[in-house]
Amino acid sequence: MQNRQSVPSKPKTKSEPEILTGSDILIRALLEEGADTVFGYPGGSVIGLYDTLVRHPKLRHVLVRHEQGATHAADGYARATGKPGVVFVTSGPGATNTVTGIANAYMDSIPIIVFTGQVASTMIGNDAFQEADIIGITRPITKHSYLVKKAEHLPRVVQEAFLLASTGRPGPVLVDLPKDVLASKAPYIRKEGVAIRGYNPTYEGHTQQIAKAAKLIMEAKRPLVYAGGGVTLADGSDDLRALAMQGRIPVTTTLLGLGVFPEDHPLSLGMLGMHGTYAANMAITECDVVIAVGARFDDRVTGRLDAFSRESKKIHIDIDPACIAKNVPVDVPIVGHIKNVLPILVSMVKKTDTAEWLGRIEELKKGHPLKYTTKPDLIAPQHVVETFADLTKHEALVVTDVGQNQMWAAQFYKFKNPRSFLSSGGLGTMGFGLPAAIGAAFGRPEATVVCFTGDGGFQMNVQELATAVKNRLPLKIAILNNGYLGMVRQWQELFFEKRYSQTYIQEGNPDFVRLAEAYGAVGIRVVRPEDVAPAVRQALEVKDRPVVMDFIVDPEQKVMPMVPAGASIMNMME
Amino acid sequence: MKHTLSVLFENEFNAIPRIVGLFSGRGYSIDSISIGAAEEAGLTRATITTIGEEQVIEQIAKQLNKLVDVIKVVDLTFEPFVERELALVKVHSTPATRPEIVQIVDIFRAKIIDISTKTMTVEITGKEDKVDAAIGMLRPFGIREIARTGAVALKREFQGQA
Ligand SMILES: Cc1ncc(C[n+]2csc(CCOP(=O)(O)OP(=O)(O)O)c2C)c(N)n1
Ligand SMILES: [Mg+2]
Repeated sequence: MQNRQSVPSKPKTKSEPEILTGSDILIRALLEEGADTVFGYPGGSVIGLYDTLVRHPKLRHVLVRHEQGATHAADGYARATGKPGVVFVTSGPGATNTVTGIANAYMDSIPIIVFTGQVASTMIGNDAFQEADIIGITRPITKHSYLVKKAEHLPRVVQEAFLLASTGRPGPVLVDLPKDVLASKAPYIRKEGVAIRGYNPTYEGHTQQIAKAAKLIMEAKRPLVYAGGGVTLADGSDDLRALAMQGRIPVTTTLLGLGVFPEDHPLSLGMLGMHGTYAANMAITECDVVIAVGARFDDRVTGRLDAFSRESKKIHIDIDPACIAKNVPVDVPIVGHIKNVLPILVSMVKKTDTAEWLGRIEELKKGHPLKYTTKPDLIAPQHVVETFADLTKHEALVVTDVGQNQMWAAQFYKFKNPRSFLSSGGLGTMGFGLPAAIGAAFGRPEATVVCFTGDGGFQMNVQELATAVKNRLPLKIAILNNGYLGMVRQWQELFFEKRYSQTYIQEGNPDFVRLAEAYGAVGIRVVRPEDVAPAVRQALEVKDRPVVMDFIVDPEQKVMPMVPAGASIMNMME
Repeated sequence: MKHTLSVLFENEFNAIPRIVGLFSGRGYSIDSISIGAAEEAGLTRATITTIGEEQVIEQIAKQLNKLVDVIKVVDLTFEPFVERELALVKVHSTPATRPEIVQIVDIFRAKIIDISTKTMTVEITGKEDKVDAAIGMLRPFGIREIARTGAVALKREFQGQA
């Protein structure tokens, strides 16, 4: 045995945690959670954090040109990959600039984690320089938020933030970081696994409820699957497909559900709702059982509630108990994760008799396909979308802005794959498209990223062209340039006797080709219908920088069919 | 109708604004909210009364349940429950009115907890309607100030015939 005193008293490196600054702890904790990319913008309160970034090349930082761009990029990254998007911004104006992006992520249940700088703890509440109560401001649009009071809390806060953002019903989490906390030193201690007492999402569906649902489906004559963004978020596309095939059940999806079921499949009805297909809206009106999966009966889907799918029994599968029976009474509620519930349901659905119903579906689809009229010498925006669809084999990663361009992309691209249509659904945020496309391109570098946008919305975050150029992202940005705030113009034409109040933007619109070139992107203007396909081909060849395509389209094209706001979805204008 | 919600939560930073915000975010006002330590160290209970449509309250309760800090939410409205409120009422008094005030205090099983040459402060405990009635009786003497806690409530365990 060795004499204890003869052993040299070296510090035991294993058991003694390293002492690091808050900034270092934060970055290390992010890397431990598997983060690889941060979208951000520096400033006074996070200057130390940015200095620390220099020593951590494993965490790629993408410098955006406006903090709204950072949140939308993180959102696009999350939608494209399923991993939480991460944002760094400074205090005060940096933080307030993220608000729209956080609200957008909240409405569509997208996991993002926004780290905001904050003035030093001792200054909070003093109206210090660049102070904003960002936790208060974002309270109703975050799933949860943290004010970090000590550097040693950071590993746990980061773990919890990732857990909360990405599990249950996902959503944005905000972490406010006082400057002194980032600068102070603390031991880095990370415990494996986190448990939060008040946070226990229900993952397993109630077996008896699932059995009841299966019985309803088997007894149904006219069942219909209504799939939403929850299926995308849960990566439940395969299970959903299995359910539809097993039961021979037609499928309609919401805007955010596009791609979870292949639109070229005979059972697909396409999108339902305000600008959904006639067949989908009639099918949900005529069906006798609705199987709602990860959808929330949003007003853009249901139209007038008292006329919505009156003859059907409703099965509602969702991870969020608060969204079940919120708008529409439900006969069989099932709270659980789609990946757990659907396989059990599929195994219980033995035989169904839907042949006659599928005949009716076929008749509806044949009788009322999506269509548009073309005028000689004018590009129909729908044709632009169809051309992209053809030339990318319906397999591009499509990101949209908001307005007519969004709806035409949704209607005419014909999606095959989940996570291939990224769009701002719940909030309807103009300016989402370009930065979200940037985030998507970082998340899925192998994908062809196409961004359909409007001449209005593109200008709302046009500064992010710089981010795309700097990072050599080969985005295909297709501006459907109609010279109008087209969607509003459409409503004015239809419901306000063509009084086009403040929607004509052509006068003042920049030359988008020269604008693109000024940033170092490729600019292509397309004016004639016959030039659309060659121009798209040319754009698809560009691999080292973004291409901005200025399609001068027919300004009078409307998104049709349409359910007027407040009307029943049976009454579509075609 | 009036609802009484009992919310058990971890009183972390920002927890109370999150709870309150779920009401204001739907255009609902909170009639009373009473917050204090609960049975277990680290846990806090809020008793919230509000008036609203059942569906909206049910939605608020579900949203409350989703808050990360919240452990448990019960809408006591549809269960038998016991409820108390505490009020302190500072009432104007003169040597002439004092006996009368004392009499009212006795009838309501209230207490006088402070006295000065011109005022008496009365502590009243009971259900809201009893507190209202006591205050009503004291009003003619001239009320200087009132502080009320709002209801605190718990589910009634004994559920035999009353
Ligand atoms: C930030 C924001 N402001 C206003 C609106 C209201 N809005 C919805 S669509 C639209 C018009 C969009 O015009 P444009 O970007 O040119 O697209 P288009 O409809 O012409 O395709 C407007 C103003 C919105 N959705 N988002
Ligand atoms: Mg436009």
